Amino acid sequence: MIELNDVTKRYPGGHEAVSHVSLKIDKGEMVFLTGHSGAGKSTLLKLIAAIERPTSGSVVVFGQNLGRMRRGALPYFRRNIGLIFQDHKLLYDRSVFDNVLLPLHIQGVTGQDAGKRVRAALDKVGLLKKERARPITLSGGEQQRLCIARAIVSRPQLVLADEPTANLDEAYAGEIMAMFQAFNQVGVTLVISTHDSNRARHYGARALTLAEGRLL
Amino acid sequence: MKAWLAHHAHSLRIALARLRHAPFATLFTVLVLGIAIALPAGLYLLLNNVKQAAAGIEPRAEVNVFLRLEVPETEARQLADSLRSWPEVAAARFIGRDEALQRLERLGLGEISAGLPANPLPHAIAVTARATDPATLEALAAKLRQQKGVGEISLDGEWARRLDALLGLGNQLVWLLAGLLGLALAAITGNTIRLQIYAQRDEIEVARLIGATDRFIRRPFLYFGGLQGLLGGLAAWGLISLLRHLLQGPVSQLAQAYGSRFALTGLSLAEAGIMLAAAGLLGLLGAWLAVSHTRRSLDIS
Repeated sequence: MIELNDVTKRYPGGHEAVSHVSLKIDKGEMVFLTGHSGAGKSTLLKLIAAIERPTSGSVVVFGQNLGRMRRGALPYFRRNIGLIFQDHKLLYDRSVFDNVLLPLHIQGVTGQDAGKRVRAALDKVGLLKKERARPITLSGGEQQRLCIARAIVSRPQLVLADEPTANLDEAYAGEIMAMFQAFNQVGVTLVISTHDSNRARHYGARALTLAEGRLL
Repeated sequence: MKAWLAHHAHSLRIALARLRHAPFATLFTVLVLGIAIALPAGLYLLLNNVKQAAAGIEPRAEVNVFLRLEVPETEARQLADSLRSWPEVAAARFIGRDEALQRLERLGLGEISAGLPANPLPHAIAVTARATDPATLEALAAKLRQQKGVGEISLDGEWARRLDALLGLGNQLVWLLAGLLGLALAAITGNTIRLQIYAQRDEIEVARLIGATDRFIRRPFLYFGGLQGLLGGLAAWGLISLLRHLLQGPVSQLAQAYGSRFALTGLSLAEAGIMLAAAGLLGLLGAWLAVSHTRRSLDIS
């Protein structure tokens, strides 16, 4: 499902965030990307989501070479990916419900069908009772769960999560990992970055370790 | 198709919500736009009214045809009769040489004529043209000059020509002003939209990350621009109507003093429609420029 061949990402100024990385992730896998902060985990996720373009090498996702993708095709590509951000990137000027509605809206799903799907997603992350609340009134863990609900509401085949548990205490982190496992069991491919290398071991999933932009 | 319509409706709702969100800012912007639109539209109306007023004072232009001295009265009368049947002629009045002399005497020039051995004046025909524009008058004069027995033509259309030139200048001024202020309208709208885009950049970024197309992001802003322009047009309409209402009394008093029943005309429904459409389109244009310019700086991919 994801294939990177000798991928290097160099930022303007010469900093090489990812160096000569090759990897392959199959459909239905749950993979952890581990390594210290600054090791290139975020950049690697951005490369997979076509937020960044590789300086050299090829990134192939869903059989599409992202380096050759037209700009106009990008939005449609992204709709198959659920993105979960460390800083949530929630919209604070609208309700919890409307935050989750946004991806459906972008895809042209409206009306009752959309409402049902939003509530189903909120139910999965345990936020159904807070649908009218503003994100700012939610705790850190709840905001992260809201971000997850937004990522899965359009039923993506692939979920990319960048440090989803970084700012959470152990109990919250465990809840979120349990959710990811549940998604994985229904066939969603997940790539989760974490600086906590024990976590991957704990869930018995494959772990790819990055150090200074290289895969160990 | 349904989704597409739904998104248009949604974009419109977003745009309306944004207008409502900052009522004072909206009010001031709309007022500025209204004034900018009202200026050329008002000048246009002023010209229209001047044209009408001018037509009320002197609806027709006169061309005086002086016949040659040797032309006898019967022939002159025949010519006057035939002129009356021309389509461009409203009236043709025969003025015999004796009548002309009497008129001259009435004007206090009798002493001059008294010293003359014979009446030196020719028969004349006072022709009133149907049209007042100089071009048609000139053409009529040329045609009259070719008639048998015609000596001289005096075209009394100088005032018409001057007014026409003045109105032509005014017309050009209207278009120039409309062009400039249209540009201002697009620029004002563009600036409002630009500020809005910066205020919404989080939303735009998130929307892009989760697969929004450029069109999806652009649409609410375009609706906003168009709506704001339209509101500006409505404000201009209101301003012009108000102005007309305020001036109606004094103008009709002035007209009555001159024995005229002239009344100020406002914008016709068609003219108002054109003004509103132009305002809306200019708003849309401003928004489009702002969006396509700012998009590049907000591009995350």
